[in-house]
Amino acid sequence: MKTLTLPLSDEEISALSAGDCVLLSGTVYTARDAAHKRIFALLDADMPLPFPLKDAFLYYTGPCPAPEGNAAGSCGPTTSARMEPYAPRLLDLGLRGMIGKGEMSEEVRKALIRRGGVYFAAIGGAGALYANTVKKSELVAFSDLLSEAVYRFEVEGFPAVVAIDSRGQSIYKR
Amino acid sequence: MRTVDSEEIEECIYRLARRAGTRLTEACETALCAAREKETGAARFALDLLVENAEIAAQKRLPVCQDTGTACVFIELGQEVCISGMPLAEAVNRGVRRAYAEGNFRKSLCDPLTRINTGDNTPAALHVELAQGDRVKIAFLPKGAGSENMSRLYMLTPADGREGVVRAVTETVRLAGSRPCPPVVVGVGIGGTFDSCALLAKKALTRELGSAHPRADVAELERELLERANGLGIGAQGFGGETTALAVLCEVAPTHIASLPVAVNMQCHCVRCEKEIV
Repeated sequence: MKTLTLPLSDEEISALSAGDCVLLSGTVYTARDAAHKRIFALLDADMPLPFPLKDAFLYYTGPCPAPEGNAAGSCGPTTSARMEPYAPRLLDLGLRGMIGKGEMSEEVRKALIRRGGVYFAAIGGAGALYANTVKKSELVAFSDLLSEAVYRFEVEGFPAVVAIDSRGQSIYKR
Repeated sequence: MRTVDSEEIEECIYRLARRAGTRLTEACETALCAAREKETGAARFALDLLVENAEIAAQKRLPVCQDTGTACVFIELGQEVCISGMPLAEAVNRGVRRAYAEGNFRKSLCDPLTRINTGDNTPAALHVELAQGDRVKIAFLPKGAGSENMSRLYMLTPADGREGVVRAVTETVRLAGSRPCPPVVVGVGIGGTFDSCALLAKKALTRELGSAHPRADVAELERELLERANGLGIGAQGFGGETTALAVLCEVAPTHIASLPVAVNMQCHCVRCEKEIV
């Protein structure tokens, strides 16, 4: 099992192949449906984003509220397919990869090849286990969106599988 | 007549919701443990983590999955029961509201058009059915949307027959692919009308995994559908493998001579369903 620290270098990304099981550490930004809508509204209005996209990793999740003493509540991945309309443009703007669950479209696959990005699948339904991997959580933007707000998570030992690698190889056979 | 205080219903819903959110059903855990023995590679990795996750959730009383779902509540209300106090729906919603706030569960309900969150995970999707007797049977099923979104309703015709039912269910599982968090549980409604068929499919999901339908021909259909689903090779999380579905549960109801409705309600591997009798 590979252990990786985000952000990832070009070399680290090219060494990843679809199907590799990894443990991730470092910074991810949470964003799902509603946050993506807001981010796109900002981009369309030529306004600055609340966090730097360059080399960032997005985690598609909407966490439960954190119980006392925990940095985060249960926070497994949500279905990535719903973010397909957004991912290619964000990758073109510097995003390095996404973490979610389930297959993503041909357009996303092409964007990953074009930008040398990677898509990781976290294990859907393992919310409590992922809560344990979050060491620090900070609200970044859109607090009115509650669980759909953008949070900066510092994670440690976050298990994932390389779902689409930078050469466009996918673990999902259709 | 037996009188049941609505506060008793509220308490019961609260207990069921708290329990359901933080633990898998025993049958589901058993099925996941059995499934992982058959897998290798990424699928094995995923199933191992899911079993570990269930243990962590139970130990720390954390939600098993962050999608603590729409609160689907099925009540079989004995017609010799009189509910006193607040209206039944209010009692149910109060129980849901408290459980989701105190359990640190996610509030996942919003207006369909404005997308503004209702803030407390109400209203519950409440289904009340009158039954004989003086008891209130309650089933609480938190239903996640990743799998719900992959559900389908087919209005088949009599010519399509049983083969058509098999095709519809298999197609739904195939098209859902990796997205509903496989290994899935498939709830199937066959017959009834457009509306009641979908409800049958949802109700099927409250049945215990591994339980066979009392009608032999329906039980046989369930076995065939499970085999077909597992033949698709989608596997845990879509990583490939033997187990795409843990169970297929069917419910049937008489339908119009011109109709053959089939509803397929997809459920992720995170089967959380708690029941009590008041």
